[in-house]
Amino acid sequence: MTRIRFQQSLEELKEQLLVMAGLAEQSIQRAIEAYRVRDLSICDLVSRSELTINRLEREIDQAALDLLAMEQPMAVDLRFILSVIKINADLERVGDAAKGISDRVRNMEQMAQAELPVDIPRMAELAAQMVRKSLQAFIEGDAELARSILSMDDAVDAMNRAAYKALTKVMENESHLAPQALNALMISRALERVADHATNIAEDVIFWIQGDDVRHHKSLKNPPEPPAAA
Amino acid sequence: MGVGIEVTNLNAWYGTNHTLQDIDLNIPANHATALIGPSGCGKSTFVRCLNRMHETNPIARVTGTVLIGGLDIYADAKPVEIRRRVGMVFQRPNPFPTMSIYDNVAAGLKLNGYTNRHTLDEIVEKSLKNSALWEEVKDDLKKKSGASLSGGQQQRLCIARALAVDPEVLLMDEPASALDPVSTSKIEDLIFQLKSQYTIVIVTHNMQQAARVAEKTGFFLNGRMVEFDSTHKIFTNPSDKRTEDYITGRFG
Repeated sequence: MTRIRFQQSLEELKEQLLVMAGLAEQSIQRAIEAYRVRDLSICDLVSRSELTINRLEREIDQAALDLLAMEQPMAVDLRFILSVIKINADLERVGDAAKGISDRVRNMEQMAQAELPVDIPRMAELAAQMVRKSLQAFIEGDAELARSILSMDDAVDAMNRAAYKALTKVMENESHLAPQALNALMISRALERVADHATNIAEDVIFWIQGDDVRHHKSLKNPPEPPAAA
Repeated sequence: MGVGIEVTNLNAWYGTNHTLQDIDLNIPANHATALIGPSGCGKSTFVRCLNRMHETNPIARVTGTVLIGGLDIYADAKPVEIRRRVGMVFQRPNPFPTMSIYDNVAAGLKLNGYTNRHTLDEIVEKSLKNSALWEEVKDDLKKKSGASLSGGQQQRLCIARALAVDPEVLLMDEPASALDPVSTSKIEDLIFQLKSQYTIVIVTHNMQQAARVAEKTGFFLNGRMVEFDSTHKIFTNPSDKRTEDYITGRFG
C-alpha cells in the first residue's frame, strides 16, 4: 500500500464527518423530544449544537478542499471526498431543521395546548430512522442499505401531505387554533426536509461506493412534457 | 489527418522476457489516447511496437498485427516509411545539438529528399507554428542551435521536427516528465490542439496529465492491457479493481 498518509487523511475526514453526523442526529431527536414534552431547556441544547454543527461544517469542507488540492484523488477516493462534501451540507441542514423545530416549540410554549390531528412523533421517528440508516450505510460503505432508504422518503412525503391537509382544515374551521396549527405545519415541513436530506445522504453513499448517480431517478425517468410552442 | 490504429494479439519479447502479452486495442483516429501503468508494465514497449522501433533492439521480437490506417505495418511496410508516418517524441528532448533550429526541423525532410529551399522554409515555419514555438524562435532560426533553447522549447522543437514529415500518428513517451509546470502546460495545450490533425498516443506517469489531455486511457499491468475505456470512466469509476488500486495509489 502506498500513499499511507493520504489514506489516513481520508479516515480522519470520515471520522470528522461522523462526529458531525452524531450531533445532527442527536439534534433532531432532541428537537422532537422538546416538542413532545414541551421542555425549553432541550431547545437550548439544540441551539448550542447547531453552532457546533456549523463550525464542523466549515472544518470538514476545509479538510476536504485541502485533500482535493494537495492529493488530487482519483476514482473511489475522489467520489468519497465529493460525497463527504455533499453529506456535510446535508447534515448542516438537518441541524438547521432541528433548530427550526425547536424554535417552533418555543413559540408553541407560549400558546394554549391544543390537540392537533397530526402525529408529529411518528413522522419524526421515521425521519430520524432514515437519518440513522443513511449514516449507518455511510459508516459501513453499504450501498444496498443506502438503496433501501430511498423508498422510505415516499412515506414521509405522504405523511407531510396528510398533515398539510389536516392542519389547513383546522385553520379554516377552528381559527383560534390557527397559530398552533401553523407551527405544527412548519414542524411537519421541517421533518419532511430532514427525510429529504437523509435521502440525499443515501444517494451520496451509493455514488461513493458504486459510482452510480441515482439522484432524481423518478423525475428523470418521467420528465414533464415541454411547454407547447407559442 | 490522423488515422486509427488497430492492434490484434500483439506480443513482444526482450530475449526471454515476455514484455507484452496478447494486446488487443483499437486506438481512435484524431484523438489523444493515454497509456498509464507502473514502471516496467510494457506501455513504452507497446508504443515502440507502433512504429517498429522495438525491433531495433537485436534481442527483441514481436508477433501479432498492427494496422495503422489499415496498413499492416509488420507485413506491408518498411520501418523507415512507418517512422515517417508515425512520429515519436521522447521523455528527454533530443534536438541535434550542433544543428540550428531551422536545420533541426528540416533534418527529416532532407532525409526524405526535400531540397527546394522555398518548400523547406514553408514546412519549417508551419511545423514550428503547429508546435507553438514559432513566435519564440522566428528571429533566430539559423542563428541559434537547438541545444541553446530551454528544455520546454527543445521538446516543442522535437515535436516540430516530428510534425515536419507530415505524420498521421504522434507517439509521445512521457513528453513532459522532464519539464517544469509551465513548459508542461504548453505541451499539454499543444497536444490538445494537435489531436484534431493527428492521432496521438501518450505514455505518461502523470495521471492528471492523462486526465487532462486524453479522451481514451489504457491501463497496462505486467505486460497486459487491464482496462481500456474513456478517460472519464477510468479516472472516476474504473471497472477493474486493479485499475482503481493503481490510480488511487494503493499500489504502484
